[in-house]
Amino acid sequence: MKILVTAKRVEDPESKIKVDAAGKGIVKDGLKYKINPFDEIAVEEALRLAAKHPGDVVAVSIGGKEVHEQLRHALAMGATKAVWVNHEGPLDQMGVARLLQKIVEKEKPDLVILGKQSIDDDQNQVGQYLAEWLGWGQATFASKADSLDSENEKNKVPGVIVGDGAKTVDVIREVDGGLNRLRLTLPAVVTTDLRLNQPRYASLPGIMKAKSKPLEEQTAQGLGVDVAPKITVTKLSMPPARKAGIKVPDVATLVTKLKTEAKVV
Amino acid sequence: MDFELPDDLRALQSSIRDFCEKRVKPAAREWDHTEKFPLEVVKELGAMGVMGIRVGEEYGGAGLGALAVAVAVEEVARYDGSLALTVASHNGLGTSHIRVFGNDAQKKQYLPRLATAEFLGAWGLTEPGSGSDAAGMKTTAVKKGDRWVLNGAKMFITQGTVGDVFVILAVTEAAKKQKGITAFILERGEQGFSQRPIHGKLGMRSSDTAELILENVEVPDSRRLGEVNQGFLNTLQILDGGRITIGALSVGLARGAIEESRRYALERTAFGHPIAEFQALKWMFADMKTELDAARLLVHRAAALADAGKPYTREASMAKLFASEAATRACNKAVQIHGGYGYTREFPVERYLRDAKLCEIGEGTSEVQRSIIAREVMKAS
Repeated sequence: MKILVTAKRVEDPESKIKVDAAGKGIVKDGLKYKINPFDEIAVEEALRLAAKHPGDVVAVSIGGKEVHEQLRHALAMGATKAVWVNHEGPLDQMGVARLLQKIVEKEKPDLVILGKQSIDDDQNQVGQYLAEWLGWGQATFASKADSLDSENEKNKVPGVIVGDGAKTVDVIREVDGGLNRLRLTLPAVVTTDLRLNQPRYASLPGIMKAKSKPLEEQTAQGLGVDVAPKITVTKLSMPPARKAGIKVPDVATLVTKLKTEAKVV
Repeated sequence: MDFELPDDLRALQSSIRDFCEKRVKPAAREWDHTEKFPLEVVKELGAMGVMGIRVGEEYGGAGLGALAVAVAVEEVARYDGSLALTVASHNGLGTSHIRVFGNDAQKKQYLPRLATAEFLGAWGLTEPGSGSDAAGMKTTAVKKGDRWVLNGAKMFITQGTVGDVFVILAVTEAAKKQKGITAFILERGEQGFSQRPIHGKLGMRSSDTAELILENVEVPDSRRLGEVNQGFLNTLQILDGGRITIGALSVGLARGAIEESRRYALERTAFGHPIAEFQALKWMFADMKTELDAARLLVHRAAALADAGKPYTREASMAKLFASEAATRACNKAVQIHGGYGYTREFPVERYLRDAKLCEIGEGTSEVQRSIIAREVMKAS
């Protein structure tokens, strides 16, 4: 079974993000980068599936040469091949989905697994666009019934279950108020939620092997995709700083304040 | 000159960092407090390949060099000095002695299982009455047919109780002093071979330390490691490599001290200002960071020389000496910056200080390092 996954380069969630002076972007100096944590979960799920249903795991990333770092990370975890879409400049979610669509048409995977969203812009749209444009079924927010402390998780049992003959996948989705089960006909698109799995750490032998795994270059032009953004960023601003709370001496004062100042009771 | 680490080592660094953030950082304080050796976590590091960094690929290791070990040890030490000591001593001492001086059969038998940490390695040089002064060694090995009989005791042996494979140095020809010492491989559970755990250490409390007792331990000649009477010469080479890793461990502790202090100094206010704004603290940070970078450069230089196959005895001693003393200074400042809180277990800096002190003692004290450096300086023409 061939699986395609994404490996987007995002700002490390531990970094402090500041809006730049022009108010159109963020200050990039001194920032650290990582693979999008949801994509890392996608890579992990693909590797677990590949261990049961052997086949290639292809990792895709879009950006300048710096995204090699995230592709190598996916390869070090165990992906077999990387595709680098060499692109500088802004991209919107439709541009990303169009590029991925072309890569999917070339690679012909049985399953595409992506993070449900990336932690930079948190748009949560690419998987949905991609499935729609490919004409494939989709299951977003893939999760599982087992907890992340379960034996199954320790034994790296996949949460996404492939049906007999590899014609379908069963996905448990995390939705408001509970879990929702879907069966998709393959090929299909799955996007990952946080509780699907705990990604493995890249091992040292994995890191060494990653250096000699294939990394193929593509460009938007070569793929014949117009990626001119339909969305422009007009302004970025920091959320207002939270005001410090106050301590009240007793319940009576609290109730009074809630009535007279906060006006919520 | 390029001061950037190669991509694969940066990838190793970030993988270990992710691992330690999740598996080590939340637990290190408790391990220290209860003197618990975190076997499960050590095995997980083994599965990541971190316990077999220098073991060749043909034996299931990564086949990398001293620089890779330095990077890995620094990263672990940033979170836990004790665990870093386990990584450093397993990679650098027991395993390295077999890797460098073992014959094919010995390498085949032990290296694959040491590389994955299925076996933990220990190395016995120090004795109750002797350390760097190996001529004072009392443990003996006497030939009896095609077997050797070992008697004596070894002191402060890292992985002494949890270890599976031990490299033991013993006197085989007393009259030849240092040139009469031979190395042997012992396994846990050998008849007459016992361990007594040592508790109550100031620092490195979740690293396993033990006294080893050898009472008529008999091993076949096939367990002799290297040539007869060559043990000490080989040991010097292992010690040189080990010093680089203790330097790296010190760098990791100093880095931890700075990172924790920075966070605290930016948050804590006094007289209406974050304490980071006071010049007294700024100067401390400037000194800590400058010494940290100098220490790391010394460690990486020694490692680069070792990996290039060039002599590095003096450089390894300088790296170990400077880095360990810089780490103690940095951790001491870190406790000072944290004030009263720094003196409690609530913050990790007091643990870093206790751990750093070991780096001035283990693998040759600062005084021994200075003697080595001075000797090398006098030798140079």
